[in-house]
Amino acid sequence: MTEIISLNYTLIVVMIGAFILGITSGILSSFAVLRQQSLLGDVISHAALPGIAFAFLFFMTKHSLGLMIGAIISGWLGTFLVAMIVRYTTLTRDAAFGIVLSVFFGLGIVVLSYIQKLPSSEKAGLDSFLFGSASTILLSDIITMAIFASIIFIVIILFWKEFKLLSFDRHFMSSMGFPTERLDLMLTWLLVIGIVIGLQMVGVVLMSAMMIAPAAAARQWTSRLGVLVILAGFFGLISGGIGTLFSSYIPHLSTGPMIVISISVIMVFSLFFAPHRGVLWHWYKQREYQASIRANTMLVNMLLFSESATDPYHCHQLSALAAIGRGPAIKAMKELSNKGFVHNPKEDLWGLTPAGFNQAKRLQQSLDHDS
Amino acid sequence: MSIEQIYIIILACLVAGACSLCGVFLILRRLALISDAISHSVLLGIVLAFFLVQDLNSPLLILGATLTGVLTVYLIELLFSSKRLKKDASIGLVFPIFFAISIILINLFAGDIHLDQDAVLLGEIAFTPFRLLSLWGVTLGPISLWTMGIIFLLNCLFIGFFYKELKLTTFDPHLATMLGFFPVGLHYAFMTLVSITAVGAFESVGAILVVSLMIVPASSAYLLVNRLSHMLGLSVFFGILSALLGYALAYFADVSIAGSMAVMTGVIFLGAFIFSPSQGVLVKFFLFQKQRLLFATHMLLIQLLEHEGTQSENTENTISNLVYHMKWKLAFANNVVSHALEQGFINRDNDTLRLTSLGREKAKRVIVMDN
Amino acid sequence: MNSQLNDDNAAVLVQDLTVAYKEKPVLWDIDLKIPKGVLLAIVGPNGAGKTTLLRSIMGLLKPAAGSVHIFGQSIKQQKHNIGYMPQRGNVDWDFPTNALDVVMMGRYGRLGWFKRPGKHEKKLALEALDRVGMANFADRQLNQLSGGQQQRVFLARALIQDAEIYFMDEPFVGVDAVTEKTIIQLLKELRNQSKTVVVVHHDLQTLTDYFDWVALLNVRQIASGPISDVLTDENLKLTYGGRSAFLTHNQSPQTEL
Repeated sequence: MTEIISLNYTLIVVMIGAFILGITSGILSSFAVLRQQSLLGDVISHAALPGIAFAFLFFMTKHSLGLMIGAIISGWLGTFLVAMIVRYTTLTRDAAFGIVLSVFFGLGIVVLSYIQKLPSSEKAGLDSFLFGSASTILLSDIITMAIFASIIFIVIILFWKEFKLLSFDRHFMSSMGFPTERLDLMLTWLLVIGIVIGLQMVGVVLMSAMMIAPAAAARQWTSRLGVLVILAGFFGLISGGIGTLFSSYIPHLSTGPMIVISISVIMVFSLFFAPHRGVLWHWYKQREYQASIRANTMLVNMLLFSESATDPYHCHQLSALAAIGRGPAIKAMKELSNKGFVHNPKEDLWGLTPAGFNQAKRLQQSLDHDS
Repeated sequence: MSIEQIYIIILACLVAGACSLCGVFLILRRLALISDAISHSVLLGIVLAFFLVQDLNSPLLILGATLTGVLTVYLIELLFSSKRLKKDASIGLVFPIFFAISIILINLFAGDIHLDQDAVLLGEIAFTPFRLLSLWGVTLGPISLWTMGIIFLLNCLFIGFFYKELKLTTFDPHLATMLGFFPVGLHYAFMTLVSITAVGAFESVGAILVVSLMIVPASSAYLLVNRLSHMLGLSVFFGILSALLGYALAYFADVSIAGSMAVMTGVIFLGAFIFSPSQGVLVKFFLFQKQRLLFATHMLLIQLLEHEGTQSENTENTISNLVYHMKWKLAFANNVVSHALEQGFINRDNDTLRLTSLGREKAKRVIVMDN
Repeated sequence: MNSQLNDDNAAVLVQDLTVAYKEKPVLWDIDLKIPKGVLLAIVGPNGAGKTTLLRSIMGLLKPAAGSVHIFGQSIKQQKHNIGYMPQRGNVDWDFPTNALDVVMMGRYGRLGWFKRPGKHEKKLALEALDRVGMANFADRQLNQLSGGQQQRVFLARALIQDAEIYFMDEPFVGVDAVTEKTIIQLLKELRNQSKTVVVVHHDLQTLTDYFDWVALLNVRQIASGPISDVLTDENLKLTYGGRSAFLTHNQSPQTEL
């Protein structure tokens, strides 16, 4: 037992970092997705790269706080320029995103390539910001992450109802006297900080997925904002953990992609299997619905049949009934039989029960009403 | 200048040209970020095709990648039409997942061949001259040059052939449908073209920089010209210019070629943004000032008119009252008054202002005009 | 203009209001006095500046010139006395929230910063929903409601603000007949409780049935006052610049301006 713990001190440190990253991403992704700022996250993470590179040049050391500050400034500058482009030209928002994203990233790459030529040994690991690397995380990095994450946490809890209303109906909110622009700015800042603390583990290229997937997954399970945020945080947490575990144990495996794949699996699962919104659930309900339509049709048809006979409970052969019914008659029959509406005294002979008769009458009346 | 360098430069220009052509329609059709998505996810196609044929130079790679590109577009549409995700979230999810999967595959199975993750981001334009095409014993120059040349030609042909249809479906899709063109079909054909171009460019400049060459030169052109044909031409010009300048920067500063090219597209954009005669910041600033003065002058004249001949005239029609009533700063008020005096609209008597007959006429016309 | 009012019993006092958008005037030199306890409609053609006027009165837009006073004070000071039902529109219908939640958001102004809504707010919200006939839909998601039902929820949100003056921007657009009845009944109730209700209205036909006062607007103010005084052919012509024949009940068809 002790050897597992001591062996894995690094792993534990890294896992804590992954957890912090996961929860923060989950929480922030909820707001990003709801405010339709999913792609802003993409822009911010790419725009952060030159900030990291320049910060390194400035400090000449891979000091995580310094790099993070550089990333935050650069990321924020990116959002500012996007707003400028949208405001002062007729270019659309997505074009502005593309411009800022690619140019900033290009700048980052240029500076990184310059750094590669420098003799400093500190520069190793700067590359890890591209795809994320669990192995270069230090305890000091984790502490920095934790501090920033706590700030984000506190602000969100404090301004919970304000952010909620801001995301839902900004116009109404400003009519009540709230300073919506400042709140908006605050939330954008939180997004920038949240992205930056995840960059070291997930990398610039893929961080944007962390700002979308947890919330997209959680949204399939709940319609309440509070639950959504908590669930998204939880999903982020698990994927952070799983991704880090995998990449720590399997050599050459980058952390970023593993975390992203984990959260993607969760998301695809949610898309399919969540109740009410899930695709599979939807299919199942559809089929159930159609089956009950078939059963009801069958019931009414049997009533029609019986009207031509003297005995309403007279039994008919299945094939005769199937001829006028729709779809697999036997399934419908089974269902009706379960509900006590039909009886089959002999193989292949089916007839109405008194209960079935009454039910059929009722259905017929309601059908007449509708038409 | 060695032959290798010439090859690289020519390739860069071809890439830039092809991308810029695509880019024009991408930004006009608001598909800028889809291009980002495609350029990331084609990697998966390349990787999977590579695993199939184990040959980096096989044309199957291009095929596989193109298919993945189109698949990406399809998946995005699917996600969005399921109503469970919004448009931006759909885009922002699909490509990181594909990209993450490809990185993992590369990590695990591609080991240390050519296909390493940095190359994926940056391309390897520097290696181009060394991968030569030989047919029937004759060395025909670098493969990439041929590939990209064909792709560039393809772009020209596609746009040339479908010019009318592209124009119509871009600006008026409904009309296009009514006239019997097939916007959806054309859309997917165009997306296929974008995928092919992205794949070709990808090998030279990597994922994210493809985006810069597609989006930014076209955006710069957009700010400067008004006709589609002009926009296409200017876009290609800017693309090639970025490629040349970028190469120069990379050569002299010894930094990443692809990154430099991206930065240059940004520099040109900045120029267009500031100096554009129709949309530029500079122009807007001057126009704004001019209009503000004009508008304020009108308000002044109407104010004078409305209070003319009334008891309050002497108190209302004073500069000090203007400052109070219109909430103008004194300096601005003086500015307006000077302008009105210059134009011969008013006479000034210390603090009091009076309309001239010219001013009265003007005021009346303004009132009518504004109704 | 109604000169019987002095400024201190006016619910809303607009003076010389000019609002510009990109240096083009949208509202020019508006003078408007709205007395307390009336149900007033703002009407005019498209682009007349009706919504702009409403928003300017509420302080959502900064005017180029002029002033607005509510109950004799600035808008800021009277924020807690204003209730608002905005135009149907820029809301995320898929947002994870239910009707009750939406209505409770109307109390955020009173709660102020940081305080969370509690039992009291929930009670008020249920009452408001009940007033608009939506009490049974409290836990429904917005996208599960019809257009009329959604409008009623937004009306409840305005009601919960417990204001002295209510501003509504085209509340009747896109609603079914039942909802329309419900809404106008409630508005009249408010008026009977001496509240002031200012509504941007789009339908001339229902004007006389629903409202006491009207303000005719077309960038400049044409006229405002009790409907019986103000709703003349002359004024309508000035406002709409076209035929108003369909509205006149005793005159021969008018010729165009």
